[in-house]
Amino acid sequence: MHDHLLSLLIWLPIAAGVVVLLLGERNIAAGRWLSLAASFVALALCVPLWRDFNTHTAAYQFVQKAAWIPRFHAYYALGVDGISMPLVVLTALMTVPVLIAGWQVISKRPAQYYAAFLIMEGLMIGVFSATDALLFYFFWEAMLIPMFLIIGIWGGPRRVYATIKFFLYTFLGSVFMLAALIYMYVKAGSYSISAFQALPLTLTEQRWIFAAFLLAFAVKVPMWPVHTWLPDAHVEAPTGGSVILAAIMLKMGGYGFLRFSLPIVPDACRELDLLVITLSLIAVIYIGFVAIVQQDMKKLIAYSSIAHMGFVTLGAFLVYAIVKATASTQGAGMGMDGAMVQMISHGLISGALFLCVGVLYDRMHTRQIADYGGVINTMPVFAGFMVLFALANTGLPGTSGFVGEFLVILASFKASFWYAALAALTLILGASYTLWLVKRVVFGPVANDHVAKLNDINGREFLILGALALAVLLLGVWPEPLLKIMEPSIQHLVTQAAATKIPV
Amino acid sequence: MNLHSIAAAIPEIYLTAAICLVLLFEAFVGARRPGATGTLTLLVLVIGAALTVVFADVTHRVVLFDGSYVADPLAFVLKLASFLSVAVALLYSRSYLQGRDILKGEYYVLALSALLGIFVLISANSLLTVYLGVELLALSVYAMVAFDRESGVAAEAAMKYFVLGAIASGMLLYGMSIIYGLTGTLNLDGIAVALNAPNNLGVILGLTFIVVAVSFKFGAVPFHMWLPDAYEGAPTCVTLFIGTAPKIAYFALALRLLTHGLGGATVDWTRMLTPIAVLTLVVGNLVAIVQSNIKRMLAYSTISHVGFILLGFIAGTASGYSAALYYTLVYVLMTLGTFGVVVLASRKGFEAERLEDYKGLYRRDPLLALAMAMLMFSTAGVPPFVGFWAKLRIIQALWETSHPWLVIIAVTMSVVGAFYYLRVIKLMYFDEASESAPETARSFGVRFALGLNAAAVLVLGVLPAPLLDLCSRVIH
Repeated sequence: MHDHLLSLLIWLPIAAGVVVLLLGERNIAAGRWLSLAASFVALALCVPLWRDFNTHTAAYQFVQKAAWIPRFHAYYALGVDGISMPLVVLTALMTVPVLIAGWQVISKRPAQYYAAFLIMEGLMIGVFSATDALLFYFFWEAMLIPMFLIIGIWGGPRRVYATIKFFLYTFLGSVFMLAALIYMYVKAGSYSISAFQALPLTLTEQRWIFAAFLLAFAVKVPMWPVHTWLPDAHVEAPTGGSVILAAIMLKMGGYGFLRFSLPIVPDACRELDLLVITLSLIAVIYIGFVAIVQQDMKKLIAYSSIAHMGFVTLGAFLVYAIVKATASTQGAGMGMDGAMVQMISHGLISGALFLCVGVLYDRMHTRQIADYGGVINTMPVFAGFMVLFALANTGLPGTSGFVGEFLVILASFKASFWYAALAALTLILGASYTLWLVKRVVFGPVANDHVAKLNDINGREFLILGALALAVLLLGVWPEPLLKIMEPSIQHLVTQAAATKIPV
Repeated sequence: MNLHSIAAAIPEIYLTAAICLVLLFEAFVGARRPGATGTLTLLVLVIGAALTVVFADVTHRVVLFDGSYVADPLAFVLKLASFLSVAVALLYSRSYLQGRDILKGEYYVLALSALLGIFVLISANSLLTVYLGVELLALSVYAMVAFDRESGVAAEAAMKYFVLGAIASGMLLYGMSIIYGLTGTLNLDGIAVALNAPNNLGVILGLTFIVVAVSFKFGAVPFHMWLPDAYEGAPTCVTLFIGTAPKIAYFALALRLLTHGLGGATVDWTRMLTPIAVLTLVVGNLVAIVQSNIKRMLAYSTISHVGFILLGFIAGTASGYSAALYYTLVYVLMTLGTFGVVVLASRKGFEAERLEDYKGLYRRDPLLALAMAMLMFSTAGVPPFVGFWAKLRIIQALWETSHPWLVIIAVTMSVVGAFYYLRVIKLMYFDEASESAPETARSFGVRFALGLNAAAVLVLGVLPAPLLDLCSRVIH
């Protein structure tokens, strides 16, 4: 079974999605339960994935390889290592609350809604587990289709603008990556990612490939200044769409940097690391300021996501500065550790925050901060959750948000005092926009009649928020298992990134 | 010469006989039973495909009729694809013709003679055969565009098409005469041998005229002017016809003439085609954005795809030609589907030609909308649909021959293209339907075929290996 575990994780949700689609809107009750069951089965399949994962090797595990296009040496090749496995689990984990959150809320074409999310789940797991670059690209692009439809069909008033912007932005980024992948295939004679990582490339080639990768991944992360699609997409997307966007899709950009940019074009990365670090610090500081002034809750969290993802890219590219400052690769992986933890943690926290906004939106049908105030008086349980996630978002010790940010800031100290000083500003900025949001929405006297009539969360909402809260706290106080899983792969990545690939 | 030695030419011989048969059938039976000729034609096509499989499935190159005719594995594949394409096109057009009282047997006779022209082109091995095929195809198609006698727009489109087509034929003939004058032979094999030496100015002069004619036939910029008008003016089922199978023939025309006969001048014609292909990509994609008529939009989309096909030729390698072949076949498959949807969405008195007519199509006809969405994503080149692989193969061929700028232009333009394909999906899925839009056509057989067509786009996208393999195998 272990040979096919990843295949099951990919195709089971997709198959379930197709069945739900065929059942149609008339059998929506059956469709709902089937979707939920499929997402739980996928989550259950992650148990053997986690349990039987060998934490002593950086090699791909649970590998499967079958011929796909023999003439062009493209394989249906799957496998996970310490970097991708946690992201696969995160994907399976976050799909469940998304489906539950839409349970009574989605009344327009619900069968298609469930099908879209299930198909998304399979495709996203495919992105993380493909070890063949062509297969990776196949999933990477295919994923745009369900997301395009999710925002376009179930989104808000400006959904058409937002979804076309989202699609074209990401498409523009990815086609250049495709061109780069095909270029490397022509040189290496194989689409295997490992072959690309071993392929010697001149510095000029590396610079061009780096640029193509940067475009693709920076749009996805998103990094300043190509982030403008994200606030629009988030604001217009339905709650579930926002959760998946923030929790998983943004992570693909970070994953891409770790899987493609750093090991495939290490010399270009070394040369241009300052560019990425600068853009990341701009994201952390400038976007942090932008977040403060937002009037719309979703937009605020969207900007907060961009700032937090800045930590991911910062952590990933700190490795060169650390190696230079300490003159050894020992401990240079700390930034990447931080980046990985930050990705997982941000997936949980931002997903949870978007779900919180969804809870409020379902009741009040507004996302404007000004329309709220004193929610704690009518929804005390909900307020508890919201405050917890908000504090986690600011990086409060004891929550998962702390671990990632702490590791990245620590790593930047090793690299340069100024990086650390600037990155640490997030502690102030993050606290400002998040806590001010909480203050205006949750605390204070009841603002208006609508707030006064609010009902506290029901069992369904309690279940999903409670589960996520548990995960955030668990990862916060006990990140050890996650770090242990990542350890060998990160070490391997540091060696790859520190090596040179320029042919002599 | 016995029957056995000309077995490879059975498809053409059979088709000529079948045209006479259908013509007679129409004259004696067709007037009394309007639909019968169409059914007979479909039967003719099925039998023709079977005969082709039996007799024309050659394993190596066979040259017949004093060197003017060639049958090779490539011709076999192209002929089968043409049979399939014409059969599907005729299947889709039947209810359209019926609904507008122009279901006449002549339509089928013209379609069959166009198909014969396509076959002659595919198997042409001498300049005369090439010209014969080009004219047989073109004359049939001009008549088809004007098939709706009552329609002034169609007559105008046919006129434009005819006049500009005649100029292109003249160019082709002139270029051929120069090449003939320089080499002293009409046979493409002979020309290939004669032109192996470094080329003089005369060859380049002749080549220029031939490249212009080929570009015209493909609809490449700046020789594309006829295409949007013909696509828009023709009855939709004729647009469907001229947008599909003839492209296979023009692919064969370019391959036989340029890469085989004029293979010695590859450097020269790739240099000529490069600006044409770039212009075609840019103009086709940019102009498609501002169209409000879907037939016109698809016409410009066709132009942009022609740009991609030409890029395959520009690579100048077997890999590039097989990429162009793959692109052509995939393009034909997708175009059959998209125009099939336009045909089905139309009704007598309501031609679903404006983009607005597709608003809320999902509500009115979910199956049709789903098929169209899949086809649009495929045409945009998004996996998991087959259009993605077509683009991938072209880019791969360009990298193999080190054309970085063409790669950059190609991928940038495919993003521009994605915009107007997405707009169709947006209209169908995100917008509310207008009140006045009528029911779509509900005939089961055609819908089933359209469903298969869309499914093929997905299946060939997920499992692309067989078709990719075939296209690489038949071109050396």
